[in-house]
Amino acid sequence: MSIFEQLANRDQVFEFLTPVASPVDVRHGPILYMEDVSVSFDGFKAINNLNLTIDDGELRCIIGPNGAGKTTMMDIITGKTRPDTGSVWFGSRHNLLRMNEPDIATLGIGRKFQKPTVFEALTVFENLELAMAADKRILPTLTAIMTAEYRDRIDEILEMIGLQALRDKPAGILSHGQKQWLEIGMLLMQKPRLLLVDEPVAGMTEQEMERTAELLTSLAGKQSVVVVEHDMGFVRSIARKVTVLHQGSVLAEGTMDQVSNDPDVIKVYLGEEA
Amino acid sequence: MATSQTWLLRPFQERSTQLFLGVLFAALVLVTFLHLFMPEDSALHVSAYTVTLLGKYLCYALLAVAVDLVWGYLGILSLGHGAFFALGGYAMGMYLMRQIGDRGVYGDPVLPDFMVFLNWQELPWYWQGFDMAWFAFIMVLLAPGLLALVFGFLAFRSRVTGVYLSIITQALTFALMLAFFRNEMGFGGNNGLTDFKDILGFDLRSDATRLGLFLATGIALAVGYVVCRAIVTSKLGRVSVACRDAEARTRFLGYRVERVQLFVFVVSAMLAGVAGALYVPQVGIINPSEFSPLFSIEIVVWVALGGRATLYGAVIGALLVNYAKTVFTGIMPDAWLFALGALFVLVTVFLPKGIAGLLQKRRQKDDDQPGAQEATA
Amino acid sequence: MSIHRLLARMVLAVCLALGATLANAQAQTNAPEALLKRLVEAGQAEKTDLLKALSETGDERARGWLEAVRDGKLAMIEDTGALVIVVNNRGRNWQIADALTGEDLGEMSRRDLQSLRVNNALRADIEGILSVIDLTVADPGQRLDAARNLLGEVNEALATQLQARLQVEDNGQVRDMLTNALAIYQVEQGDVEAVATLSGSLNPTVRAALNNAVNSDDPALAAAAEKALASIEQKLKLNRAAETLYFGLSLGSVLVLAAIGLAITFGVMGVINMAHGELIMLGAYTTWGMQQLFPGQPGLALILSIPAGFLVAALAGIAIERSVIQYLKGRPLETLLATFGISLILQQLVRTVISPLNRTVVTPEWMSGSIMVNEALSLTLNRLYVIGFALVVFAGLMLIMRKTRLGLEVRAVTQNRAMARSMGIKATKVDIMTFALGSGVAGLAGVALSQITNVGPNLGQNYIIDSFMVVVFGGVGNLWGTLIAGLSLGTINQLLEPWAGAVLAKIMVLVLIILFIQKRPRGLFPQKGRAAEG
Repeated sequence: MSIFEQLANRDQVFEFLTPVASPVDVRHGPILYMEDVSVSFDGFKAINNLNLTIDDGELRCIIGPNGAGKTTMMDIITGKTRPDTGSVWFGSRHNLLRMNEPDIATLGIGRKFQKPTVFEALTVFENLELAMAADKRILPTLTAIMTAEYRDRIDEILEMIGLQALRDKPAGILSHGQKQWLEIGMLLMQKPRLLLVDEPVAGMTEQEMERTAELLTSLAGKQSVVVVEHDMGFVRSIARKVTVLHQGSVLAEGTMDQVSNDPDVIKVYLGEEA
Repeated sequence: MATSQTWLLRPFQERSTQLFLGVLFAALVLVTFLHLFMPEDSALHVSAYTVTLLGKYLCYALLAVAVDLVWGYLGILSLGHGAFFALGGYAMGMYLMRQIGDRGVYGDPVLPDFMVFLNWQELPWYWQGFDMAWFAFIMVLLAPGLLALVFGFLAFRSRVTGVYLSIITQALTFALMLAFFRNEMGFGGNNGLTDFKDILGFDLRSDATRLGLFLATGIALAVGYVVCRAIVTSKLGRVSVACRDAEARTRFLGYRVERVQLFVFVVSAMLAGVAGALYVPQVGIINPSEFSPLFSIEIVVWVALGGRATLYGAVIGALLVNYAKTVFTGIMPDAWLFALGALFVLVTVFLPKGIAGLLQKRRQKDDDQPGAQEATA
Repeated sequence: MSIHRLLARMVLAVCLALGATLANAQAQTNAPEALLKRLVEAGQAEKTDLLKALSETGDERARGWLEAVRDGKLAMIEDTGALVIVVNNRGRNWQIADALTGEDLGEMSRRDLQSLRVNNALRADIEGILSVIDLTVADPGQRLDAARNLLGEVNEALATQLQARLQVEDNGQVRDMLTNALAIYQVEQGDVEAVATLSGSLNPTVRAALNNAVNSDDPALAAAAEKALASIEQKLKLNRAAETLYFGLSLGSVLVLAAIGLAITFGVMGVINMAHGELIMLGAYTTWGMQQLFPGQPGLALILSIPAGFLVAALAGIAIERSVIQYLKGRPLETLLATFGISLILQQLVRTVISPLNRTVVTPEWMSGSIMVNEALSLTLNRLYVIGFALVVFAGLMLIMRKTRLGLEVRAVTQNRAMARSMGIKATKVDIMTFALGSGVAGLAGVALSQITNVGPNLGQNYIIDSFMVVVFGGVGNLWGTLIAGLSLGTINQLLEPWAGAVLAKIMVLVLIILFIQKRPRGLFPQKGRAAEG
């Protein structure tokens, strides 16, 4: 077909015209694909030849001792840190190493920080409003109007995270656990394809932990979830597949039982989880 | 939660903005009345000198609002806003200079006096067009806006924030001051631009023009305040606060932090430029000292005293400090710098939320007693 | 005994006596005193020869006489014919001294004195003769100066004398200079060979001579001279580069001194002290104060100022830390504003208490003057001292931070305050000590600055922005970065200055830093890793 015929054909959709909203190509299976990634800080290798694949809709737990490179791995996926070598792909179309944080976030990767980070000066409602999937460029943001539809969506999430009563209170007054929940709520408002959740249950009560586990497992299937966690009980309660990181690379991968019987893992965790 | 359709109208539904505009317009009307209709020997008469002095204060107030917009809501402590103020002032000064025409000392119909004095043969290219008021007024916005755009683009792109940014903004205004001191720049060097005759055909020395400028400044302050308020109460305003408090988080939500910063910074610079442009015809001179780092940092202390992230606090601070400055430099000029220095220390140590913080605390106390449920204004 | 014999003997004796007298008379005319006498009566043409003869007697007084003649101060008392040197010829009565003995003869009316007349030709001759005399003195330094004075002044007569002198001169530098002086003469005479001798010299007179030779009618000479000039130009360029580098290093070391204290308080502690410049100012004023305490002993005062300046600034720093900064922990922007207020107060304090005008600080003798490396390059001593001082201060700080307990504790507290405290480190005390150290170093900078700039209330203000730029450029928290950033910024500034002018150079450096921070937001030597991301 010549270019003119292409132009004349009304059914033809050029690539640059396709909406950016759902561009992630997962026809070939994995939603996240990291290959031979290495990064070092002042000679210290934080990530060393890391290979990791997350399938679409999977719930994956990542464990590992302190300094194993878990947070650095998340930094790399979300564009905060650039690796020295290796490649990171989101679906089979998007090279994450060529993108910056907002682009990656818009593309559909949401992240919850290790230390709960919410906007303390803003109300709980406003926190969720900012997180909501929307046109996040300057002028649309300036002229954005709070419609009833948006409000309903926010209230829906508010209910899910159990913070309705604190709707109009500044997020700064929330307890540690409530902040964790708010951040998870913000993550949900983003409607991401892939959620990176760093230590979601730190500072939570047993009961809150249960609810979190419930929430995360319910998300899996529709969205892919990667959970980094220290709390082995929690991991055991949600995990289908577990990856053990050690010194910046994958030490073992499999079900919780397989992993916890792995001699290498036992050696690394000796005294903790043996 | 305000429920407005357009972002620009939203501020008018706020009680604080209504109150601010009410007080401002009442003051403008009162001063006009006292100036025009009180006999000159009356104690209540406001002289043309005082009108101009008040106009000057209002310029400073607008400048303070501009600084509060970036400092209070974006967390960017600019120690170089004097540069934007001065650029707006120079744009206006260039227009006023061209208006002098052949009434200068040397009587050259085109060249300003200082160029004749320097033996320049023709007008430099960047002076072209300033004989037209509309062009000059556009430049009042464009010159500071462009500088802010280029500087902000470079700074925010490389994620320079916090104290680093403050120091670099200070270096920026310092460099500009050095540059404008040079005669070769073509802005009158040391002496700057002065000896203005008239603006838009009105004699600058007449009382009526002075009153007009005062009122124009008042209206500019009102407009500037409403624009800032509109930005602050929009979703973008909340994103700004988000950038201020947790920059990385905001980025991971998909906002381009550097563009938010750039947008607000440029708006703020333009407002500062307008303030400078209104300032120049009222004081009758613009020279490189407006670029001095001391002036820029002084603006910040007005905002700090008034209370940041409130906008009206910035206005209160600017008026109070400048009134004090007028009084002090009148009675004991040496003591002013002591007072200013002490003000810096006292405000930051004892009054971190400024006067507005005190007011809010009192209101909260008042509100608590009658059992007010709707605390959100 | 026959009468003949007697007569013969008598004749002989008379003859001998006569001969002796004659010989004596001969000797008398060549004695310095006689030559001097003859000089007074001689015609202009004869005078040069007589003076030359006088110089050749080797008499120590010859130099004085020649100078007196040159200055028209040799005179004869009309009544007695005695020669005198006029010591003071103001007024009607002149003060005179005996020309031969140097004895003070008091005053005498000028009408009774007859001065020796000299014209310009004679004066020039005398200069030549004097130079030749100076070439024979014992001090090689004086000989070198004399030889330098001869450059371009050599004439035919002098040339032969110089050649003779060259045979006996044993100092290499003096020989080179003499050779050059001769070569200039030879080039003037059209000698192509001599051009080669001159080709390495940096002396301006040599260059002038070569420039003349380039315009000569002799093409061979012109070509040779051109070539020699080109090689000299090359050498000069090198020297100019060395000079720029020296100025750059000197400015750079000033920047390092001003910034290194900041690198401690800002870089290590994270405290933004805008009053840092005023602490520098206090150091400078301490030097001034010490010099008021020890009038007439600027050297001693300066050396005492080093500890005193450190102490004064450190105490001021402690006062600032205790009264303000400790309450603003973790609020850098507020700290910036508050310390700026303090800087205003300190400035105004100096203006009110001392004076708004600049104070003069005397440079001690051993710091003034310069070292001459060669004809085209001389290094001023005070700047050399400042460079050395900066390096010493830097090394000292480095030692404190790396090798002492305090340094260890400072690093511990800045990296993890809570952890350090739990290990028994008194964080508050460390804060105070660190701040005092940084402030004290600012005082040292002030002491050094008092030697090269004006000491006034604005001294500190002029350095504060530069200092911050240096710290930011070098990478916060890195002392080496500060050193390298300071030196390189100083050098860049000096490199830009010749073709951009001082103000523009400064602006360009500021713009350069702003652009640099685009590429490396954390400076030349950034701290890497997760902790640094904050």
